[in-house]
Amino acid sequence: MLTIDQETYDAIVAHARRDHPDEACGVVAGPEGSDRPERFIEMVNAAGSPTFYEFDSSELLALYKDMDSREEEPVVIYHSHTATEAYPSRTDIGLASEPNAHYVLVSTREHGNNEGPVEFRSYRIIDGVVTEEDVTITPTEESSS
Amino acid sequence: MAIEVRIPTILRTYTDGAKAVDASGTTLTALIDDLEGNHPGIKGRLIDDGELRRFVNVYINDEDVRFMGGLEAELSDGDQVVVLPAVAGG
Repeated sequence: MLTIDQETYDAIVAHARRDHPDEACGVVAGPEGSDRPERFIEMVNAAGSPTFYEFDSSELLALYKDMDSREEEPVVIYHSHTATEAYPSRTDIGLASEPNAHYVLVSTREHGNNEGPVEFRSYRIIDGVVTEEDVTITPTEESSS
Repeated sequence: MAIEVRIPTILRTYTDGAKAVDASGTTLTALIDDLEGNHPGIKGRLIDDGELRRFVNVYINDEDVRFMGGLEAELSDGDQVVVLPAVAGG
């Protein structure tokens, strides 16, 4: 199960809406082994595409070095689908390389850049096997570490 | 000659869980061959058909090797190599 606070959930959805019709992508980092997505990091989709996303290579390195120095890992890796359902594509499955991460998919196909419900779903993707999991949204706490 | 190679989570099955290992080589190709000697199987995850895999990023001292000659990129003692799978999808 993915447990994520409301503020982070809203930030992911807002990013997906803003970048529609291109795919949006990013990470929510958290302390290693904690399974707590705490630090929201929006990434640029270097592919700038409605059907593909890829973190820029130098930004990817900077992200991982930063997480390393903070003893964090990518707890959530999110991206949007803009014309299809919020389910991992064949490419998503083939390229998934963080066995500890929750892969979050948001679909903006219904309302695009506008307000309105979006699909927000979470998966584990390990060795080509996709397992959907429940998402629990918790109220955002006042302070954060 | 020791070069530190940072190993991503998904490839730590080849390094007994180690986040970083030492290897040697004067080019990236030689370094990967040396890695393969100690961690059999890892080479195939980095190289396909004689080329660096499209969705594997390798950095030497923070620079993407694609801008440094790819597998022919030169290495010297004390360099740091980082391997990171691309975060990408469709």
